[in-house]
Amino acid sequence: MSGFDTIVEGVLLGGVYALFALGLSLIFGIMRLVNLAHGDLILLAAYLMLSATTALGLPLAAASLLVVVTMFALGFVLQRLVLERVLGDDILPPLLVTFGLSIVIQNGLLLGYGADSRRLQVGSFESSSVTLAPGLSVGLAPLTALVTAIAAVALLQLIFYRTSLGRAFRATADNPAIAQLMGVNERNVYAIAVGLSLAVSVIAAVVFGIRASFDPSIGPARLLYAFEAVIIGGLGSLWGTLAGGIVLGLAQAIGGRINPEWQILAGHLTFLAVLMVRPRGLFPARRA
Amino acid sequence: MSVESIRIPASREERPADLPAWQIRVGTRLSRVAAVAGIMLVVALAALPAIASRNLIQDLIFVLTMLTLAQLWNVLAGWGGLVSVGQQAFVGLGAYALFAGIVMAGLDPVAAIPLAGLFAALIAAMLGPLLFRLEGPYFAIGSWVAAEALRLICAQFKSLGGGTGMSISPGELSQMFGLKAVQALLGLRPAAARDVLVYWLALLLAVLVTLGIYGFMRSRHGLALAASRDNAAAARSVGVRTARIRHVLWIAVAFATGMVGALVYLQKARISPDAAFSVTDWTAYVIFIVVIGGVRTIEGPMVGVLLLWGLVTYLAQHGSLYLVVLGTLAILIMLFMPKGVWGAAARRWQLQLFPTQRWLGRS
Repeated sequence: MSGFDTIVEGVLLGGVYALFALGLSLIFGIMRLVNLAHGDLILLAAYLMLSATTALGLPLAAASLLVVVTMFALGFVLQRLVLERVLGDDILPPLLVTFGLSIVIQNGLLLGYGADSRRLQVGSFESSSVTLAPGLSVGLAPLTALVTAIAAVALLQLIFYRTSLGRAFRATADNPAIAQLMGVNERNVYAIAVGLSLAVSVIAAVVFGIRASFDPSIGPARLLYAFEAVIIGGLGSLWGTLAGGIVLGLAQAIGGRINPEWQILAGHLTFLAVLMVRPRGLFPARRA
Repeated sequence: MSVESIRIPASREERPADLPAWQIRVGTRLSRVAAVAGIMLVVALAALPAIASRNLIQDLIFVLTMLTLAQLWNVLAGWGGLVSVGQQAFVGLGAYALFAGIVMAGLDPVAAIPLAGLFAALIAAMLGPLLFRLEGPYFAIGSWVAAEALRLICAQFKSLGGGTGMSISPGELSQMFGLKAVQALLGLRPAAARDVLVYWLALLLAVLVTLGIYGFMRSRHGLALAASRDNAAAARSVGVRTARIRHVLWIAVAFATGMVGALVYLQKARISPDAAFSVTDWTAYVIFIVVIGGVRTIEGPMVGVLLLWGLVTYLAQHGSLYLVVLGTLAILIMLFMPKGVWGAAARRWQLQLFPTQRWLGRS
C-alpha cells in the first residue's frame, strides 16, 4: 500500500499548494501584477492567526474571521497607497516594490515573533484521521485542506461568473479603459482584488499552519510553490491551478519517497519539465 | 570618451558644405572630466593596498564585488527588461565551479575563475530558452525557481560538502598564482596577501564590467536592447533580433556573475549551498543598490553601493531590523524617487558622468 499512500499524500499536499496559488493567480489574472511578497503575506496571516488564537484566546473560526477581515483591509490599503502608484507598462517598479515588501515582512516577522518554529494548535483535530478504505486512513487535517481548496475554487468561480463584482473583475482584466467607461471604478476593483487575494491567503495560512510548523524564513518557498502550481496548471484557469497544485504535491511526495532530500527538488524539476514540454501549462484556459 | 558623432546627410544629394550638419552627441564636457577623474580613481584604488589596513581592503572587496553584481543586474533588468530574481544562481554556480576546480581537478584558483564564469554561462545558455518562455514578471519568479533547483542540486554533491558545505585549507591556496609576488611586493603574510590579490582582481573585474556595459550601451547593440525592452514588436519591425540579443545578454551577464561568485568565495575560502545561493545576499542587496542609486544609469549603482556600504557599517549589527530599514527605504524610493538618488540629482543638475543618452544637435 505504500505506493498508494504516497499518491494520496501527494494529492492532499496539492490541496495546500492550490490554496497558496489561488491568491497569486487572482491578482495576476485581474491586474497583471506578480506579487513577490505573496508567500510572506501568507506567513503574516499565519502569525496573525497564531496571535489571535493564543494571545486573544479566540476559537479557530472567530480568529479566522477576524484575520480574514484584517488581511482584506490590509490588501485594500496596500493597493490604494502603494501598489497603485507603481502599476503601469514598466514591469520593473511593481516587481521591485513587492520584492521590497517581501524582505520587510519576512524580517519584520523575525523581529516580532523570533526565528522559532510555530504551529497553530487546534486540539485533537490535527492528529485525528479518518479511514477511507480498509488499510487506508488519511489525516483529517490534510483531507480538510483538499476539501477547502476545492470549495475555495468553486466559490471563486461563483464570484467570477455569477456576480456583478466578478463581471467587473473580468471586464477590468480584459480592458481597464473600456471597463471604466462602463462605470466600473477601476481603482476599487483592483483594491478589492488584492484584498480578496489576501483573504484567500488566510485560508491557505490556516490550513497550512495546522498541518505543518512554520517560521518567518519560509515565505519565499511558499511563493515558489504557488507560482509552480499556477504555471503547471496553466494561466487563466482556477481549476487548472488546483490541478497544478495536485501535480506539484504528487511530484514532491514521490520525490520525497525515493529520497527525502529530493522532495523539493522533484517539485522544481517537474515545473521545469512542464515548462519544456507544455509551456502553456497542462490545463490552459480555452480562450487564448 | 570624446564626442561620438554620426553624420547624417540632410538629403540624398550632397549637402552644400556651408550648411550645418546634424550630429548625435553622447559625450558632454563633464563626462570628459569624469573620465580623467575615473582613471585617477582607479589608479589610486590599485595603489591603495600599499597603505590600507586589511579591514579596509576586505570592505572594498565587498564594495567592488557588489558594484559589479549591481552593474550586471542593472543592464539585465533595467536596460534589458529581464527582471531576474535568480542571479544568485550564477554566483553560486561560479563559486561551486571554483571549489570543484580547486578540490577535484587541482586547478590554480586564479585560472579557475574564468572557467567558473564559463560554467555559469553554460548553465545559463541551457536555462535561457526554458525561462524565456515565461513572460515579463513571470520570468522573475521562474529565475528564482531555477536558482533554488540549482541550490538543491549543488547540495547533493557530497564531495563538495553536501548540504553543510566545505572549506579550502589555506595550504591549498598558498601556491596560488601571483600570491608569492604579492607577498614579496607588500611584505604580507599569505592570508593578507590573498585578500590583496582578490581585491586587485575584483577591481579589475569591476572596471572591465563597467566599461564593457558602458561601451555596450553606447553601441548600436545597446540601442537595440533598449528598443527590445520598450517595444519588442516595433524593434523587430526595424530588424532587431530581440530574442537573440536578450539571450546573448543573459549568457554574458551569467558569465561575469559567475566570475564574481568565484572571486567572492575565493576570498571567503568556505562555501555552503545556503550562503552561495542566498537570495538576500546576492539578489536583494543588489536590487537595493540599483534601486537606491538609480535604475538605467551607470552612475546609479556606484552611488547605491556606497550608500549600502554606509548602511551596512552602521546598521548591520541590528540584523533583521537592518533589512526592514533597507526594504522600506527601497519601497519609498521606488514610490517617490523612481529614478533613484543619482537619477534625481542628474535630472536636477544635468549631470552625466557616463552619458548613454543621445542628443541631436547642430554642429
